[in-house]
Amino acid sequence: MQYAAPQTVEAAIDLLTSHEGAHVLAGGTDLLVQLRSDRVAPEVIVDIKRIDGMKSIRDDSGGFRIGAAVSAAEITEHAGLGAAWPGLVEAAGLIGSTQVQGRATIVGNLCNASPAADTTPALIAAGARIVISGPTGTREIPAEEMTTGPGRTTLAKGELVEAVRLPTRAARSGDAYLRFIPRTEMDIAVVGAGVSLSFDDAGMCQAARVALGAVAPKAVLVADAAAALIGTAIDDAALEQLAQACAAACNPIDDKRGTIEFRTQVAGVLAKRAAVAAKERAFAAQK
Amino acid sequence: MPTVSMTVNGKAVASDVEGRTLLVDFLRENLRLTGTHVGCDTLQCGACVVHVNGDSVKACSMLALSAEGAEITTIEGIANPDGSLSVLQRAFQDHHGLQCGFCTPGMVMSAADLLKRNANPSEREVREWLEGNLCRCTGYHNIVKAILAAAAEMRGEKIAAE
Ligand code: FES
Ligand code: FES
Repeated sequence: MQYAAPQTVEAAIDLLTSHEGAHVLAGGTDLLVQLRSDRVAPEVIVDIKRIDGMKSIRDDSGGFRIGAAVSAAEITEHAGLGAAWPGLVEAAGLIGSTQVQGRATIVGNLCNASPAADTTPALIAAGARIVISGPTGTREIPAEEMTTGPGRTTLAKGELVEAVRLPTRAARSGDAYLRFIPRTEMDIAVVGAGVSLSFDDAGMCQAARVALGAVAPKAVLVADAAAALIGTAIDDAALEQLAQACAAACNPIDDKRGTIEFRTQVAGVLAKRAAVAAKERAFAAQK
Repeated sequence: MPTVSMTVNGKAVASDVEGRTLLVDFLRENLRLTGTHVGCDTLQCGACVVHVNGDSVKACSMLALSAEGAEITTIEGIANPDGSLSVLQRAFQDHHGLQCGFCTPGMVMSAADLLKRNANPSEREVREWLEGNLCRCTGYHNIVKAILAAAAEMRGEKIAAE
């Protein structure tokens, strides 16, 4: 296995295009374990951490542009992100342990395509867009179109993710991510729920995005759940509708971490709590 | 085979390594710095924690070649310059923060990073910081006590050992 640390995106794309078994290395917290257990056997590993811009969080006309090699720790320590997107930041703070967060990246979390990835529902709820570069140029897709199933992404040969773009935050907006695990640290989500909300002057929800993780082969954006919240003040009736829409969107596996019935019920419960937290944050940010 | 160079415990080192060699294996096998332990090599146990450019990192979560040009500190580089135990190491001894000692290098390296960031952590903050360091022997209680005592001593306070 060859290791390459190109300094430009173009050089990385060349490596990915010219080798059959080439694999991008960002934080490495998934890839190195897969490598050690012979689940992947790449011919070349393309470390993207030395590429200019991959390690930075930049202002992006009022929003943010997070480079693909930015670690979860850099996200949790970023004051601007914490103020604008606390839900995404809390999801980043749930990945692995302290030291794993120092290495792991949210783009890696996304591209590893585990249905239980913590930051993916938060990114989808945030309306994040993924900047992809490849041999034919650069394209941008919404976060929910990145994966197609466990371990599978929509990246074509030679393509890599350059960055994640988070939109400008409207006034009176908030997001939240909650997950259920049987213990308190270092575990894989049994269910994850990300919610992002914006309110108008009268305190009515005018925009909502709800995403669930670990309840289907990929993280899902639940349009019906968002529709249940829009036009309401997130009252009990709206929350009940939200829970029902979330349950209807679940298509989970049955395993030792949680049964189908359990995951389906918990999805609604977590989505409700995340919606309440997102609302509180939207109005706390007001002051 | 490619060559990697880095600074380990203040000394410049260079060596040929294979692409797939983990930093932890490089430290243990090539440099014979066997104080850094391997409990799992899958990022779970924390026995392999070292400092990379000042931050605590699980040395099994990084390829040796990715550490090109980095400043690495291992448990061997934590003692005082005269070879005596550092305040943190001594606190582990005084407060019975170890039994078999397998997890200890990783615990000390993680704790050193915490105390650098937070000179006065609460017990809860210490426990949360150690989420990625597993110990099969102590039940963690004395490890937490040792770290709190070391923090107090570094701040100029003194906590008596039991
Ligand atoms: S050996 Fe690195 S975390 Fe266990
Ligand atoms: S002292 Fe034995 S594993 Fe911690």
